[in-house]
Amino acid sequence: MIALIGLMIGVALGLLLQPDVPLWLEPYLPIAIVAALDAMFGGIRARLEGIFDEKVFVVSFVSNTVIAALIVFLGDKLGVGSQLSTGVVVVLGIRIFSNAAGIRRRLFGA
Amino acid sequence: MTGDEHEKERPDEPAGLRGLMDLLRPRVSMGQLAGGLLCLVLGFAVVAQIQSNERDTTFATARQDELVGILSDLGQRSERLRGDLRDLEDTKAQLERDAEGGTALEEARKRATTYGLLAGTVPAEGPGIELLITDPRRGVKAINLLDALQELRDAGAEVVQVNDVRAGVDTYFLDGPDGVQADGRALAAPYRFLAIGDPHTMTTALNIPGGLVKTLQGAGADVSITPRAKIAVDAIRSP
Repeated sequence: MIALIGLMIGVALGLLLQPDVPLWLEPYLPIAIVAALDAMFGGIRARLEGIFDEKVFVVSFVSNTVIAALIVFLGDKLGVGSQLSTGVVVVLGIRIFSNAAGIRRRLFGA
Repeated sequence: MTGDEHEKERPDEPAGLRGLMDLLRPRVSMGQLAGGLLCLVLGFAVVAQIQSNERDTTFATARQDELVGILSDLGQRSERLRGDLRDLEDTKAQLERDAEGGTALEEARKRATTYGLLAGTVPAEGPGIELLITDPRRGVKAINLLDALQELRDAGAEVVQVNDVRAGVDTYFLDGPDGVQADGRALAAPYRFLAIGDPHTMTTALNIPGGLVKTLQGAGADVSITPRAKIAVDAIRSP
């Protein structure tokens, strides 16, 4: 509940403040967002399965975003940035789908 | 990692609507607040990214290799456009050459006038001399007039008229039964030469010792040479 309220406040703040994404962050923010979405879906799934742990959620959320951004950063340094970010997005997308499938199974038993 | 959490325990019955309500039930704890804060950051970041993405999708977010690709595309495009530019410049130069055809036309007209003067098909006007040969004793023959014409031409006369006959390249003098004929037309004394050219040169040429004037005087004619600033030659030859 608090998470949902926080999400809404964040969206409202973003719409109100119209922030500019800093240039150094621009290649990494989309990947970090996808990683955070994955963490969020994973948290919802864990909550539904009754194994939700706030500490695990917070740590996984932060570490997922940081690691995703780091991978892309490293890929940029190695010259395979676009390929690696595509790979990261694919992997995170798969995880989001599997988490969504888990949530769906929990909620609807299907 | 969140993806691995479901491995620990696996409750079998679906949570259903009750589970969803349970999910939304507010619980206040440090962890919940931290999760809420993270979700706030996530929402903020999503909106910021979406808006910046909508503002400019082209270059700011592009990677180096993408930028290189874009640059190379632009280079090829620029090369193509430069080729187009070259073609257009060529066309423009051709058109300009066409416009210079106007000056070529002008040049051609000038040359036509010059050739017309030399051929005697157009009237002429300019500085020159008037050579008047009076022949009271009818001693002047065709050969003398031809000599006079040749002398004037040698002295640089561009246009010559004898009485009312315009002298051309094929002008001839003929001794006829009643006087001299020029180009088939009878010339009546006195013979009046109008020559356009440098007056001083022509006068000198005619007056040289043993020259035309002496010969004519020897033949019993009176010769007078008058330099004029303006000599009008009206007679023309049919082309």
